[in-house]
Amino acid sequence: MSRPTNQPIQCLALAALLGLFPAAAFAGVKVGDAFPALDAAGLSGGELPATSGKIVLVDFCASWCAPCKASFPAYAKLYADYAPKGLIIVAVSVDQDQAAYQAFVKKLKPPFVTLRDAKQQLVNEVNVPTMPTCYLLGTDGRVRFVHEGYHGEESEQEIRKEIDTLLTEKTNPS
Amino acid sequence: MTSSAIRLFWALLLAALGFSSLSGCTNPNLVRVKPWQRGTLADVTMNPDRDPLAIADAEHVYFSRESATGGRGVGGSGCGCN
Repeated sequence: MSRPTNQPIQCLALAALLGLFPAAAFAGVKVGDAFPALDAAGLSGGELPATSGKIVLVDFCASWCAPCKASFPAYAKLYADYAPKGLIIVAVSVDQDQAAYQAFVKKLKPPFVTLRDAKQQLVNEVNVPTMPTCYLLGTDGRVRFVHEGYHGEESEQEIRKEIDTLLTEKTNPS
Repeated sequence: MTSSAIRLFWALLLAALGFSSLSGCTNPNLVRVKPWQRGTLADVTMNPDRDPLAIADAEHVYFSRESATGGRGVGGSGCGCN
């Protein structure tokens, strides 16, 4: 009596692994990774605040991105509520058109720092999966949470909970 | 040809097929527009429906020529039963 074999399944698994491996090789910055240094990213358009030991929300946005515009009032509220507790928000515009970037900032008047990644150096390094994407960094500079896209109230509530988590960790380090 | 050689042949064939079919989608040499490079694509001039007057004009020409309307995101099948 011959022993049953699962060789076809093994072959299919091998084929899938071989085929899908390159996709994993091009993943960008993810949860747990150290976020690239903002001060070395060649950002222009303003003064970068001191982020060392702070909870930082880095948002990649653009003037041509409608959800980015929708997210700014929510980030302004977050900033108003959490800046006194130590949150720093840095919006990084990937606009290559300086006039479009300036018009965007002038119209939305964000209370938080907005900088421009004119050469798209940082965004390339981070390899954001979609526009907008925001990265919530812990006090150690590592990515703790990533939000792809902006989904209105739902996104805002999630980010609030995550900031609360980080603030609790900051005040009660284990 | 022994049975183990046949199994090896099929395994290699399947692996090669899997690699060639799936890796095509992930080939880094393909030109890809990254999410942050879509400024030009998102420009208003890339929207074919940006001018209401031009749309109305095109619709009128289409209706006059085809005796049919609809089919541009509105109800109706363009069957002439308008």
